[in-house]
Amino acid sequence: MSPSTDTGAAFELSDVSRARIDELVAQYPTKASALMPCLWVIMDELGWVPPGGIDLLVDKLQVTSARICEVLTFYTMFRSEPQAEYVLQVCHNISCHIMGARPLIAHLEKRLGVRLGETTPDGKFALEGVECLGACGHGPCLQLGRHLYEYLTPEKVDGLLESLRRGEIPRADTDRELED
Amino acid sequence: MTPNDYTMLSARFGRSDGHKLAVYEAEGGYRALRKVLQDGMSREEVREEVKGAGLRGRGGAGFPTGVKWGFVPPDADEIYFFVNADESEPGTFKDRYLLDYDPHQTIEGTIISCFAVKAKLAFIYIRGEFGWLVDRVQKAVDEAYAAGYLGKDILGSGYDLEMIVHKGAGAYICGEETGLINSVTGRKGQPSIKPPFPAVQGFLDKPTIVNNVESVASVPFIINEGAAAYKAFGTEKSCGTKLFSVSGPVKRPGVYEIPLGLPFREFFNDWLGGMAEGEKLKAVIVGGSSVPVLPAEEIMNTNLDYESLGEAGTMLGSGGMIVIPESCDMVELIQVLMHFYFDESCGQCTPCREGTGWLHRIVKRLRGGGGTPEDLDLLEHVCDGMAGLTICPLADAAVMPMRSFLDKFRPEFEALIQETAAAAPTSRWPRGEQE
Ligand SMILES: Cc1cc2nc3c(=O)[nH]c(=O)nc-3n(C[C@H](O)[C@H](O)[C@H](O)COP(=O)(O)O)c2cc1C
Ligand code: SF4
Repeated sequence: MSPSTDTGAAFELSDVSRARIDELVAQYPTKASALMPCLWVIMDELGWVPPGGIDLLVDKLQVTSARICEVLTFYTMFRSEPQAEYVLQVCHNISCHIMGARPLIAHLEKRLGVRLGETTPDGKFALEGVECLGACGHGPCLQLGRHLYEYLTPEKVDGLLESLRRGEIPRADTDRELED
Repeated sequence: MTPNDYTMLSARFGRSDGHKLAVYEAEGGYRALRKVLQDGMSREEVREEVKGAGLRGRGGAGFPTGVKWGFVPPDADEIYFFVNADESEPGTFKDRYLLDYDPHQTIEGTIISCFAVKAKLAFIYIRGEFGWLVDRVQKAVDEAYAAGYLGKDILGSGYDLEMIVHKGAGAYICGEETGLINSVTGRKGQPSIKPPFPAVQGFLDKPTIVNNVESVASVPFIINEGAAAYKAFGTEKSCGTKLFSVSGPVKRPGVYEIPLGLPFREFFNDWLGGMAEGEKLKAVIVGGSSVPVLPAEEIMNTNLDYESLGEAGTMLGSGGMIVIPESCDMVELIQVLMHFYFDESCGQCTPCREGTGWLHRIVKRLRGGGGTPEDLDLLEHVCDGMAGLTICPLADAAVMPMRSFLDKFRPEFEALIQETAAAAPTSRWPRGEQE
């Protein structure tokens, strides 16, 4: 998956995000050092970094598009293609493996009707296996955007999928900082 | 000794209000910073106190923190400080507790550490998967700015410090200190050759100190209570307390603060409550996935400190303790780990890029029923071609578990091969397959 540099497509980014990018460029010690947070601003709004986003950062940060593409593809969380609405990332590293990540993945595969690494035909769910999420004592776990669901069981996963199908993202334990 | 006896680092763990500035201050927070900046401790005195406390880096390597600070050239005027909250070592989830439940402790420790090395800008580099934690820490940093603990002329001392919370984007290798620094310059997070060491030439080619979250979080206690009080915990060479994050089927997994030197047996039986119902202890990876595994009978007679674990043939590492039950197949587990290192190799060094791939493919083939007796020698041979031959220690981090799994649990590997050897006595590995 290499990022496209085709500039033909329309690129829209809110004024809030554009202002945030200017703020970051001013805050970081060099323009180039603001690249990661600026990519995050675009990711957070659009869910991926389209070619127009690369062009914008070439302009704002005075770095080459080659450099931006290099960074975009090095880090697994930056995406250069649109994503499924809900990307379910299940940890399959050692601690979660010991606590039952594989049966959990099998359960998800069955429920979603896709294999690990695939997206449902309606583009709603993607199922990915990821490395350690830093929830080792709370496994098995999965991540959905910034929500980390821990201590998972097949029943909990079913509840999660049900909510998502209704368009609701259930509260995760790690969401508490948003509330206080 | 019980878990509640040691709260140098973990006093606010598990509480719902410990992350708030007012709560932290009410419980003595930012007193150490006042002592340094208002009672006029010199940089030298702060460094000496931390050196005297015997604090060793908690990120994995265990290098003495105060000594590292001393490597910054005295005449340097542009110095950077990085708090390493990349926490991606499988089995490790302690820094997350520190930042989630008690972010101000780490912020205070960072400000004092920055003062000690005369840094003007600090980054807290948090792994991208901890998006929720980034917001938590940013909020605390904002509070600290508003209270005058950060920014210009902190507490009227004339010392200026800015702090940026930087979010990673998914790359284990960014936890390696030079990878971390390169990442923040807006590049791929690939490590650089050392020397030059970051303390001399790091971020933007300026002197840069990288410390783990737990290392800086230990600093306020040392400043408040003094080096001697800190050294009262632990052993002669492994001073203080250390967080262990425990995963696997024990009765009470979680993050524990222990005095270094605690016998594993006591920790396991009394603190963790032993194995969960129906499970039996088989082995333990004591310091994160990159350190050698120890079978139950070996770990049971070891103490939890740098020296004892070294003598037992493993390392304290990050304190990410992975408890493995009898019900687990060791070859399966090493396949999971080799997949991880293969995935995370940044690809710069041939021995690491190719070696991790070989190890993964060989183990996978063994499990797929296509292994030969020569494969075990081959695994060792590949390990020999990786260890110590690369830019950063990721290659060694893969070799250490691989070798120790082979060494300590060889019969499990052999059993896999014998099954297949009986069924298909000819080699199932045509020479051309390794590409
Ligand atoms: C592959 C690799 C991954 C690492 N990951 C981390 C990490 O996630 N957190 C951390 O603090 N140190 C990590 N380290 C160690 C750092 O390079 C560095 O030694 C440490 O941050 C220094 O801080 P300390 O002296 O306070 O321990 C890693 C090292 C390697 C080789
Ligand atoms: S040892 Fe591996 S991870 Fe480290 S620099 Fe070399 S290729 Fe990259």
